[in-house]
Amino acid sequence: MIAADKPVQRSADAKLLYVDASGRISSVPRTSLVELLRSGDLVIANDAATLPASLRGIHLPTGAEVEVRLASRDSLASGDVLRFHAIVFGAGDHRTRTEDRALPPPLEPGQRIRVGPLTAIVEELLGHPRLVAIRFESLVADIWAGLARHGRPIQYAHMPQALQLWDVWTPIAAQPVAYEPPSAGFAVDWQLLAAFAAKGIVFATITHAAGISSTGDAALDRLLPFDEPYRIPAATEHALRRACREGRRVVAIGTTVVRALEHSAARFGAAVAGDDVADQRVGAQTQLRVVDVILSGTHEPGTSHYDLLHAFAGEAVLRRADRALDADGFRTHEFGDSVLIERASDRYSTEVRSCEAERIFATNARTGRGGRSPYTSRFLRAASDVVQESGHLSSAGRLVGCSC
Amino acid sequence: MQTDMQSARTLITGGTSGLGLALVRELTLRGARVAFVARTAERVAVVAREYGAHGIVGDIAKKEDIHLIAVQAAGVLGGLDVLVNNASDLGPTPLALLGDTECEDFERALLTNVLGPFRLTKALLGSLAASAREGRGSVVLNVSSDAAVNAYARWGAYGSSKAALAHMTRIWNEEMSMHGVKLLALDPGDMDTPMHALAVPDADHATLKQPGVAAIELADAIADLLPRSRAAVRRAS
Repeated sequence: MIAADKPVQRSADAKLLYVDASGRISSVPRTSLVELLRSGDLVIANDAATLPASLRGIHLPTGAEVEVRLASRDSLASGDVLRFHAIVFGAGDHRTRTEDRALPPPLEPGQRIRVGPLTAIVEELLGHPRLVAIRFESLVADIWAGLARHGRPIQYAHMPQALQLWDVWTPIAAQPVAYEPPSAGFAVDWQLLAAFAAKGIVFATITHAAGISSTGDAALDRLLPFDEPYRIPAATEHALRRACREGRRVVAIGTTVVRALEHSAARFGAAVAGDDVADQRVGAQTQLRVVDVILSGTHEPGTSHYDLLHAFAGEAVLRRADRALDADGFRTHEFGDSVLIERASDRYSTEVRSCEAERIFATNARTGRGGRSPYTSRFLRAASDVVQESGHLSSAGRLVGCSC
Repeated sequence: MQTDMQSARTLITGGTSGLGLALVRELTLRGARVAFVARTAERVAVVAREYGAHGIVGDIAKKEDIHLIAVQAAGVLGGLDVLVNNASDLGPTPLALLGDTECEDFERALLTNVLGPFRLTKALLGSLAASAREGRGSVVLNVSSDAAVNAYARWGAYGSSKAALAHMTRIWNEEMSMHGVKLLALDPGDMDTPMHALAVPDADHATLKQPGVAAIELADAIADLLPRSRAAVRRAS
């Protein structure tokens, strides 16, 4: 595929490869997306805004230049920005392919790295010369100001020009918690949302800290995606439950939405409101419980994003799709073209549909079987930041009362 | 004390003087979680300390500053429920007839009073819509002026820019009503502020409204547009 090398989120000639549930493939303009969706579909996007997570810095013990790429943290809480996992490169910048980037000087716990106005201390090595836990030695407010002033969006060699935050924020970008843009959402603008509403397509969001997509190191890339915190709002849980009851489809905009919803459903029987951390891999072995259709960018075989598509379609269909992407001149990477893949009809499994599982859970809860409610335990382990928002989370009682 | 803004995540531009400062004070008193923007780091630090608000140093007239402001506001507050575009520029000072107005002064008025609010609102539109979807309510208040409606001689740059802001607000409100985001432009009246002193140096202070009074009126207007759960708190208190 051709690399999309200009930061245009919605180019007028963007293409869409449509793979339907029976494996039929067609290539259409992406502007016709709404025609491929059905009245009643529930479309869910990731509304995370993207952090300026690439920080040029100096490794103080050696004076060497480094680039620190923030890669994950424990939660989405706005105050929880002291400690990050980070990938550290040596001198150079995004214009060098990550595969060819220099290693940083040997990193040791206790060393300090100065990044603009902030200083970070290396807390822990995480089993790879590039991967460390760091802690900023600043107040939370100063960390946000320092990141805003000094950080840049993480970017790669296929995009030579320096990206600005406005290049990587989707039109619906809200809380800045992603490390790279949830780029399937570039296709979603306010005009599209109006078209959804006009056709009776329901729109909802989750917030998922989309992580780094590539490190340039085979051993590290095998660890991707890292654990990613996410939040499902109560309104989205409501929309999911209604769609489920009424037998309507759930359409995920992007791989992160699949990862979050399926994580929640695997854990609790249904995708429920609240904060959690997605730590699973989604692939051919995954039995989807929530999502019926995915809109995604085009991904190269061998990446975790590509693996995720195997939850929706079999190997033979995806190979045909790859050939069609090449033959039709599709563009790849975050500003490239898109695919819309309906879950193959032979991968449909009623036993694991989320409302089935939810009904079973609700019955168990009413009759006292099945131990402590997973919903209750979920709130018990919530971080203090989440407790403040408890008025917006679903109550265990309401869930149990569900007549789904 | 009114607590009808309880924990509403709020960003106010021009928060270190005049009406903006009065709004920082009024909204924090009502229980809102307030971040504010202003250009001068020292003033920002003083106001932040005094009111327990989060101060952001930035200039809404500068394109490069908009997302730096947005990422800090949405980051620190964890989202946004209320945006008050208050920062304003008079154009030429002393005020001048349009024929005598330097193009650069007119441009600056448009940048601060129209383009800045447009860019900042656009950058935060996702946060505002997310808040509406979650039932928290979502309000953008653009501070306007009677000069946006009436043709006062020597108020050309300011009046034209505020008229554009008011009309942009009406159109955007139409477009965003389906998403639950409410945008309104309000005229706080002639206030005893540093900006008014620049415009009308010999004004009789006794005839001018105190910015604190205008801030109460604007805060009431915002609170009325937030969900009933917050308004109910207000009635009960």
